[in-house]
Amino acid sequence: MALTDDDVRHVARLAQLALTEEEISDLGPQLVTILAYAEKVGEVAAADVPPTSHAYPLSNVFRDDDVVGSPMAPGDVVANAPDEQDVQFRVPKLMGDSA
Amino acid sequence: MSELVTRTAAQLAAAMQAGEVSAVEVAQAHLDRIDATDDRTGAWLAMMGEDALQAAADVDARRARGDALGPLAGIPVAVKDIMCTRGTTTTAGSRMLEHFVPPYDATVVTRLRDADGIILGKTNMDEFAMGSSTENSAFKNTRNPWDLDRIPGGSSGGSAAAVAAYQAPISIGTDTGGSIRQPASVTGTVGIKPTYGRASRYGMIAFASSLDQAGTFGRTVHDAAAGLEAICGHDPRDSTSIPDPMTSYTEGLDRGVEGLRVGVVKEFMGEGSEPGVKAAISHSIERLAALGAEIVEVELPHADYGLPAYYLIAPSEASANLSRYDGVRYGLRVEGETTHEMMANTRAKGFGPEVKRRIMIGTYALSAGYFDAYYGQAQKVRTLIIRDFQAAFDRADVLVGATCPTVAFPLGDKTADPLAMYLNDVYAVPASLAGLPAMSLPVGFDEVSPQDDGRRGLPVGLQLVGPLLGEHVMLRTAAALEADLDLDLTPRGHNALETP
Repeated sequence: MALTDDDVRHVARLAQLALTEEEISDLGPQLVTILAYAEKVGEVAAADVPPTSHAYPLSNVFRDDDVVGSPMAPGDVVANAPDEQDVQFRVPKLMGDSA
Repeated sequence: MSELVTRTAAQLAAAMQAGEVSAVEVAQAHLDRIDATDDRTGAWLAMMGEDALQAAADVDARRARGDALGPLAGIPVAVKDIMCTRGTTTTAGSRMLEHFVPPYDATVVTRLRDADGIILGKTNMDEFAMGSSTENSAFKNTRNPWDLDRIPGGSSGGSAAAVAAYQAPISIGTDTGGSIRQPASVTGTVGIKPTYGRASRYGMIAFASSLDQAGTFGRTVHDAAAGLEAICGHDPRDSTSIPDPMTSYTEGLDRGVEGLRVGVVKEFMGEGSEPGVKAAISHSIERLAALGAEIVEVELPHADYGLPAYYLIAPSEASANLSRYDGVRYGLRVEGETTHEMMANTRAKGFGPEVKRRIMIGTYALSAGYFDAYYGQAQKVRTLIIRDFQAAFDRADVLVGATCPTVAFPLGDKTADPLAMYLNDVYAVPASLAGLPAMSLPVGFDEVSPQDDGRRGLPVGLQLVGPLLGEHVMLRTAAALEADLDLDLTPRGHNALETP
């Protein structure tokens, strides 16, 4: 397999990472090496083998629909926010002016 | 009081109970040891000394009143900086969370406090637990107390080094694909990962959710088991937490191995293993036989596919888990014209190279058209590995082999080659994929200098793997071997940290 710089840019866009040109050209060959190694899984994973997502068999875990403990104070919820206003998270505009 | 730090947690507990020493003195002795040595070990990211001394004074006061105390009363504990601690920064070794102060405690931390353990501070780690040398920490390197130019393992390298350096008798780590066992192996400490789901993941910063599991380090099997007993148990706040009742991890450790079937995993003694590692492991297996265990050879035919499967499953889950770091609710923000630009800039600045690499692998493996070939296939390999273990446990009560192929390697040795770094965990990953309890026990050293100049070589760890919820049989086997080998595990040699 091979990954072009454009392939790497596409994946970086999906991952929301603003990579530098240097990072993009470094990552291509590294990803190829790692993925080529990881592709070994295809040698043994036959169609009749069911997939495992979790090793310990638990399913449909329910709990009572109650509030556990005392809820966090609103001020604590936003205490780590990079930008906050009136106990709300503030972000830059989502759409351009002409949108 | 510096000799206090050389005592085990069990000895400290007995001395405090007998009134020979106070919890405050024990905490202060460890804080002094950290002060005197951490410029060289680099094991800690944040100290909680004031809180620790206050908690210790509280234990002393309650003891004086004759109140009931928790099982870890007055025992100092180091906590990996991946566990949320209310009011104390929790960084996961990342610039992304450099100033993050959690508003709540992780369940593991709550349980330590409820057990009256004394939390001294937070330990260094590979960023978001991705690494095998702690060199991926965004803040600093941690050094191996056995040789200060070598790695302490990772990702829980700070927790392993702290225990090996006598800075704490017990520490908390996390293990996704070997991040407790490998550092334990290279620092000559005992490191235990319980069955997946035994320790709550609530408040533990997520890396790969189907694999992440907290555990403990200690200088003895008993100490590590006592710490584990305190942090494990059902937690309704983690839906993957196992509801089955707990059994004691510390009782019956002295029952021996007479009649136990010990399975030697052929694949965990592979070609890549150093001769010194092989020799120490072989010797420990001979000792188990001499102690009355029945040694059987077992095979895990798909073990070689464990690491490739891991390097699809873990990055895939990580790429999803780490999408939460977007500069909105907590952590770093780097401004941008739009929200999208702000998020992409924040993630570019906040994540280090290894984290970016894994997010990229995971995002690629989960992207349209590749899911079946990568993540889907890896999940099938996971099934095959579980079946291998089931067949092995038909023939054996506990499995053994090397924890890792080499002893501690020099700092900087593998940072340029990601795949070489990943290969450290080749023996550790299969038990993680199968969710099994597993541990590393120091069983010897890689060489002894013929000049007898005090250099005894670097520690080698034996990996023990138990069946699901079979912690006890694994711990009992380790305890028997520990007593028989009776190793002096004080770091010493040309470049070791000074002894207390």
